[in-house]
Amino acid sequence: MSVLNWNILIAGKVLPQVSGLVLAVNVYDILLATLVVSAIGLLIGLFLGVASKKLEVPVDEKEAKVRELLPGANCGGCGYAGCDACAKAIAIGEAAADVCPVASSDVHVEIAEVMGSSVEASERQVAYVDCVGTCDKAKINSTYYGPKDCKLASGIGGNGSKACNYGCMGFGSCVKVCAFDAIHVVDGVAVVDKEKCTACGMCVAECPNNIIEMVPYKSKVFVACSSTDKGKDVKKVCSIGCIGCKLCEKACEYDAIHVNDNLAKIDYDKCTNCGACVKVCPVKVIQE
Amino acid sequence: MNSQYFVNLLIIAISAAFINNVVLSQFLGICSFLGISNKIKTASGMGFAVIFVITLSSIICSLIYDFILLPMDLEYLKTIVFIIIIAALVQLVEMVIKKYSPALYDALGVYLPLITTNCAVLGVALINVENGFDIVESIVNGFATAAGFLVAIVVLAGIRERMEHNDITVSFRGFPITLVTATLMAMAFYGFAGLV
Repeated sequence: MSVLNWNILIAGKVLPQVSGLVLAVNVYDILLATLVVSAIGLLIGLFLGVASKKLEVPVDEKEAKVRELLPGANCGGCGYAGCDACAKAIAIGEAAADVCPVASSDVHVEIAEVMGSSVEASERQVAYVDCVGTCDKAKINSTYYGPKDCKLASGIGGNGSKACNYGCMGFGSCVKVCAFDAIHVVDGVAVVDKEKCTACGMCVAECPNNIIEMVPYKSKVFVACSSTDKGKDVKKVCSIGCIGCKLCEKACEYDAIHVNDNLAKIDYDKCTNCGACVKVCPVKVIQE
Repeated sequence: MNSQYFVNLLIIAISAAFINNVVLSQFLGICSFLGISNKIKTASGMGFAVIFVITLSSIICSLIYDFILLPMDLEYLKTIVFIIIIAALVQLVEMVIKKYSPALYDALGVYLPLITTNCAVLGVALINVENGFDIVESIVNGFATAAGFLVAIVVLAGIRERMEHNDITVSFRGFPITLVTATLMAMAFYGFAGLV
């Protein structure tokens, strides 16, 4: 396109052709076009400015502050769709200030300060898998060819390829839901990384066998079995399963461990981590 | 104002809403047509928002075109000016909906600001100008076109709601079956072709 044609285009109408290369540009038209567009823009801008003041929706200051304090992992552990929804629920008083299981208790206190309420500093918790039936200890009674997913496998019946009906299948559905890389399948059994765990509870909810529980971070002694079968039946399928012998119950000075349904259970409020039960356990299922 | 004029308006309205249906025969505004037609409620909300925006933008665009751009020989600025007006109108609609119907605001989500880039809106404004419609004709054309959009999106949403629990072949689930549905609807609307 020649210079002339460009000029015509810019001016918006045909310029009188003088001779040869015409460099004249219709300045008046350019200015007019600029003026008209800017005037329209200005008017609309003013109108929108006024409208936004008139139609302003007050944003809750608390909500913004609470949202800033929340971890922002959007894990859904609180039961809301994400941290934004959780902040909204806290701000309107629908949820408690310590509803976020991931945030530390310091953060809970800060959120409570924003909300003008108080919250008890809660103890840090972590998830714990109540099974140590690793490949060498738990017996195999079948070969499982189905999808490698605990929930799907549990729908088929049996317990993966393991003979024990209570233990960890080791397909790692909990690993998939963990947003913090805190749980891994090691040697056929899920193991929680205590330091990385934020107690969001997603793995607890996901496990079809319900063998993951929340325990205090400080606790050191756990019963690593979920089987409520009788001792004889447990022995058949796993060399390390709890046989419900009650030796631990007798050894405990603090009334902190009891056998119900052939399975020892620790009351973490009473347990002092003394380790007396660990010493007497014949199958070494109580672990430190 | 004679009866001839009203007949003319009626013809414009019917042809804009049905014969030249904005989505099904001109293929404008497909994005929101497919995007938020999974529930009748949000689809009709979107439809009414589009009616509001298109009608208002038809009025303002043809006013500005007739009284500012035309007398000043600035017709070539129409596209940019129309886009500015439409963008501002969408902003306004967004504010109004956010204030008076937060639920609808959440449901429409990102598609609300996307009305700005809904080519149906700009398309109507440009068609008005190209056909040399006066202001009343522009309003009727704009409203009827948007009503056509509302009809199309609500009908599609209704069909999609019913299809939700149907046993559809896996590879056709979601958008493929929606596109097939939209195609069949477009063919059905083709039946209006000889109406005027």
